[in-house]
Amino acid sequence: MRPINTNPARWRMAALATVAVTALAGCAGTSPTPAAAPSQAAAATANAAAVTIRDPWVKAADEGMSAAFGTLVNTSGKDVTVVSGTSTASPMMELHEIATVDGKMVMRPKQGGFTVPANGTHELAPGADHLMLMDLAAPVKPGDAVRVKLTLSDGSVLEFTAVGKAFAAGNESYAPSHMG
Amino acid sequence: MSDDNTRWGRRRLLTGGGLAAGAALTGAGLLAGRQEQPPAAASVSEAAVGEATAAFHGPHQAGVATPPQAHAVFLALDLRRGTDRQGLARMMRLLCDDAARLTQGRAALADTEPELAGRPARLTVTFGFGPDLFAKLDLGGSPVRQLPKFGIDRLQTRWCGGDVLVQICSDDPVTVTHSQRMLVKDARAFTTVRWLQRGFRRAAGADPAAMTQRNLLGQVDGTIQPADDVHDRALWVSDGPGWLHGGTTVVVRRIRAELETWDAVDRGGKELTIGRRLDTGAPLTGGGEHDPADYAAVDGLGLPVISQFAHIRRAHVADPARRILRRPYNYDDGLTADGTPDTGLVFAAYQADIARQYLPVQQALAESDLLNEWTTPIGSAVFAIPPGCRPGGYVGQQLLDRT
Repeated sequence: MRPINTNPARWRMAALATVAVTALAGCAGTSPTPAAAPSQAAAATANAAAVTIRDPWVKAADEGMSAAFGTLVNTSGKDVTVVSGTSTASPMMELHEIATVDGKMVMRPKQGGFTVPANGTHELAPGADHLMLMDLAAPVKPGDAVRVKLTLSDGSVLEFTAVGKAFAAGNESYAPSHMG
Repeated sequence: MSDDNTRWGRRRLLTGGGLAAGAALTGAGLLAGRQEQPPAAASVSEAAVGEATAAFHGPHQAGVATPPQAHAVFLALDLRRGTDRQGLARMMRLLCDDAARLTQGRAALADTEPELAGRPARLTVTFGFGPDLFAKLDLGGSPVRQLPKFGIDRLQTRWCGGDVLVQICSDDPVTVTHSQRMLVKDARAFTTVRWLQRGFRRAAGADPAAMTQRNLLGQVDGTIQPADDVHDRALWVSDGPGWLHGGTTVVVRRIRAELETWDAVDRGGKELTIGRRLDTGAPLTGGGEHDPADYAAVDGLGLPVISQFAHIRRAHVADPARRILRRPYNYDDGLTADGTPDTGLVFAAYQADIARQYLPVQQALAESDLLNEWTTPIGSAVFAIPPGCRPGGYVGQQLLDRT
């Protein structure tokens, strides 16, 4: 039924939580498919990583760089850090942040990775932390399924499918060397 | 008769925003009584229209038997060269994911304006496949074909045809536009836009839920619908190709209203044309809007009370299971320099079988409906509306996933 709750933020959280649960249940044991089912795209690997991802997607791009996004969710009582990642779309993935350098917004590798707080979330979004796909091996088209593996600080691996979405923003220039 | 109207009214109470709104109002009353916060209580009830939702997933697609929302967009898309069956499947997955989220008041994936998604206002998104799609993608025979040419038609290419229909309906026009924007952004890698038609009815809550709408000619429009007991048989496909079972078909006709010449007709002439009273919508043979017309009745001169050429006589279908579900929207797209309006109906009719249900009526109207003098079909398109999908699936999956 229609939620009576008029707090939009809380409403959205509740709705998304439902999606994450559905996705986990619906995707257990499935193999990669050529077309991603966006609402079912998140799945933890068999070793039950403490971190899952909600609503993963990747910006469609013909060549060069692209990026993957979503909400990392830590269901454990300890902080967990994403330390590295790989994907089927490109030979190299970097964990990026957006920073202001000389008055300009640039993206650069995030030292120490993404820490997902205990029982908390960490947002990967255009204009913020994201998974950078370097040197795309082939175009990422809308609706494509990109398989992503993230290695976590507790030794587990989070594996999921991100769906390609046409998206205009997220075009910050790249500052490969860490200026900090 | 009244059946589908009361049905729509009853459904709205049972499954639509009506019940939720009622609950919200009750809650608001309690809240106001206990906490004495009239402004907060008022805001809860005032947002009831915006927060109401219609389910996206289910055996049938929403937006057909759903009580008509106030605003609609009918968007026809054509496949881009190079979009194959797998490409269309990818697009349908993307669009259905968008629709599943937006209809429940949640932002689409990669939504650039997520705050615009929070007021679904009974948003429905309904998808259809046009005849040419089946040949282009070698999907087998199309269950629908374009209507034959009628003598009354003055069709313009820009309102005709289309490979894919996206019908977006909501009680809120901002929600319609935002949903359209998100859906088009996901569709345009696979398709180009063929045409777009916007329509409107009375605002949500302006009329009682079960009341028949008036079109811009002032006529009560939509009284006769498939009867309750045969409603599902008239509407949903149950034979032919299995992928369409539980689906339906739609005819989208753009019908221009000639308001300038209609204005020149006196009230009696208008009522004679339609066969109903303008004020109540009752048949000229008496009773109320939902009472049956007496087509045998004659006046003192022995002439039929309802003309042989009156709109309701020409459109009359005795078998309730052969009636079409009419879900029309008005359009009003501006004025010429001398003030002549470009206005009329986006006439959407749903039925299990176009040839058996829609065509006989259209043929009878085209031959000798008095109303033809003031109405001109300028657009025509047909689409098969596949059944609904489950969470994780997509509309058309039974057709497109076949090997």
